[in-house]
Amino acid sequence: MNVLESAPGVDFGLNEDQELVREQVRRFAEERIAPGERDRDREHRFPTDVLAEMAELGLLGMTVPEAYGGAGVDPLTYVLAVEEVSRMSAAVGVTMSVTNSVCAWPIVHFGSEELKRRVLPDLAGGALGGFGLTEPATGSDAGGLQTRAERTADGWVLNGEKAWITNAQFARYFVVVARTGQGKKGLSAFVVPADAPGFSVGKPEEKLGLRSSSTAQIFFENCRIPHGNLLGEEGQGFVVALETLDHSRLGIAAQAVGIHQRAVELAAAYARDRVQFGVPIAKHQAIQFQIAEIATTLAASRNLTYYAASRSERTSDAGRLASQAKLYAAEAANRAVWVSQQIHGGNGFSEEYEIARLYRDVRVTTVYEGTSEMQRLVIARHLLRGGA
Amino acid sequence: MHIELSDEQKLLKEMVRRFADEVVKPHAKEIDESGEFPREFFAQAGELGLAGVAVPEEWGGAAMDVVSYALVIEEVSRACASSGVILSVNNSLVCDPILAYGSPEQKRDFLTPLASGQKLGCFALTEPGAGSDAAALRTTARRDGDHYVLDGNKVFITNGTHADIAIVFASVDLEKRHRGITAFLVPCDTPGFSRGHHEVKLGVNASGTTELAFSGMRIPAAWRLGEDGEGFKIAMSTLDGGRIGIAAQAVGIAQAAFEEALSYTQAREQFGKPLAELQAIQFYLADMATELDAARLLTWKAAWAKQTGRKYSLEAAQAKLFASEMAQRVTTKALQVHGGYGYTREYNVERYFRDARITEIYEGTSEIQKLVIADWVINKA
Repeated sequence: MNVLESAPGVDFGLNEDQELVREQVRRFAEERIAPGERDRDREHRFPTDVLAEMAELGLLGMTVPEAYGGAGVDPLTYVLAVEEVSRMSAAVGVTMSVTNSVCAWPIVHFGSEELKRRVLPDLAGGALGGFGLTEPATGSDAGGLQTRAERTADGWVLNGEKAWITNAQFARYFVVVARTGQGKKGLSAFVVPADAPGFSVGKPEEKLGLRSSSTAQIFFENCRIPHGNLLGEEGQGFVVALETLDHSRLGIAAQAVGIHQRAVELAAAYARDRVQFGVPIAKHQAIQFQIAEIATTLAASRNLTYYAASRSERTSDAGRLASQAKLYAAEAANRAVWVSQQIHGGNGFSEEYEIARLYRDVRVTTVYEGTSEMQRLVIARHLLRGGA
Repeated sequence: MHIELSDEQKLLKEMVRRFADEVVKPHAKEIDESGEFPREFFAQAGELGLAGVAVPEEWGGAAMDVVSYALVIEEVSRACASSGVILSVNNSLVCDPILAYGSPEQKRDFLTPLASGQKLGCFALTEPGAGSDAAALRTTARRDGDHYVLDGNKVFITNGTHADIAIVFASVDLEKRHRGITAFLVPCDTPGFSRGHHEVKLGVNASGTTELAFSGMRIPAAWRLGEDGEGFKIAMSTLDGGRIGIAAQAVGIAQAAFEEALSYTQAREQFGKPLAELQAIQFYLADMATELDAARLLTWKAAWAKQTGRKYSLEAAQAKLFASEMAQRVTTKALQVHGGYGYTREYNVERYFRDARITEIYEGTSEIQKLVIADWVINKA
């Protein structure tokens, strides 16, 4: 009897390809990413070698369609890969997520055929991407951004600056949102290559966590790009940004799930080994309950994230589901890492233990690509518009 | 992965929602206050195939899958939590173990009337001195030729005031602790079987909760379910499935509370505008909707795992733990956004708030779920 056929409709199983990708990426992350993670973090050193290997495996531009040289994987497969990478390195996870979600994705969905042929094969082949929306004075209120773009006879000219740009020092392409008119309808999105004249990168930010990822300001000083680098129509930039963020939240949710998974594993392993009062602390109910709590919220986060991914290309509630996944997964991962660190006692306060890095890395998940507060506003807007 | 209801499941959900809205909900407030057991509701549910949702047709059931079962319990509980648990107990705690462990004769004589809704079942495990520590039960079953003689007391038995058939757990040898526990199918009109009064409770007040007592109750050995000493395993595996039902009940209660919070905050004006335009209220609504989806997905995943023959104890415990605690938070917030009105019996949220509380307690407290989950994560991962 084929029992699967008796369960029509709801199916939580992964298909063979998805299982395979998950297995391969998990092995790669354990064998190739994990060993150098602690040193890279301590030295604030970008994971160049690891990324080169990931490029060879096709993980960096995995969402780029096959027609442009990418793997063209479905959103769930992508989410599984980001989760597995982030389990061993949140910094490598965000580097990969930003390249796929906020650089390649808007180009795939809004770029002209000519632009796609020019840029996507590079991104599929291992070039990194970045996304320039945030400015020093406009974070959550992205619609108020001030960077300007002017149309001239031989292309667009950009002036302004962007802040908190992941991959800033290493990306070959940036998707940049700039002002071409008044209000939210006066925003347009562009692809700016890192070698464009007038483009420059500031000094790296010193961050609490994700220390081996690259974050810096980027500057445009009469920065010139071809007409063909406009994404979508002039004035469509805010739509491009919002739809891109809807999609990218899946990547950050997956990153949070990966960190959360690791926090649970570390807590369970530590509790099995650590002896106090004559028994492994895993025998104490107080410890068992904390592990049960974070294992349960992990299952909840993972379901929300996979669910949002599996529906992201098909349904009108995709934006709400992505925000719910990002909100919940980030909040739950922060709580879980805190609990796991508590179980580690004083050792968890030492950088000798992996949980200390997770504690620093996880913090940003409730902040970037839309704070928890912005996610709640997005969700509420969907609910009040009529879809409970 | 394809997390979407099939056409059949959607039709079932719509059918049950209509039944629940039109037939169940109109009495929910009244039976909550009177404590009157909705025997007529159970008969009607039985006619719709809801008494034995996942039981094969040859034994009187509707032959649907476990996700469908969760949908049924959610939709009925959305209208009336008492009615939801009445159905959940009959399906999960009574039909399921007879289907899994019963002989063909037992399925014919006991399961068929239960799954078709002609008879109502109850599950008698808990005793005054044996709650979470079920293995400490003191009810005895003494073998006497082709019969057993049962003596003892049970408490907090849902459906107990009106049940026609009880699954009774008793020990054939108290020295053996859990290895002596044995399950029996007992018609409630058997001489020596008696019921107490209906317990007046904080919530789910119409679910027929009562004590049962057995005094020299003589039953044929053919009514034993499974083997001597197999009862503890039967009870524990049955409760795994029951947890899916209670998780679904919690989701249904919370869904009702959320819907009323959503509509009330859009209608109610303060400070010159609807409450729903205030950020603090929007944040509540966003958190409620997110947690509700998370709980529903955990419930469906446990149901899917059970349906496809996977191990599902961990998933069921996580679904039950999360959904019940979610329901507590969501009903609390739903009441809160109703302000003083929410504290009155004029508004349903007051009932939802009371009804949600039991989901953290019965069919394994949150604490028992955490022990189950921790055991999996620490020792079996």
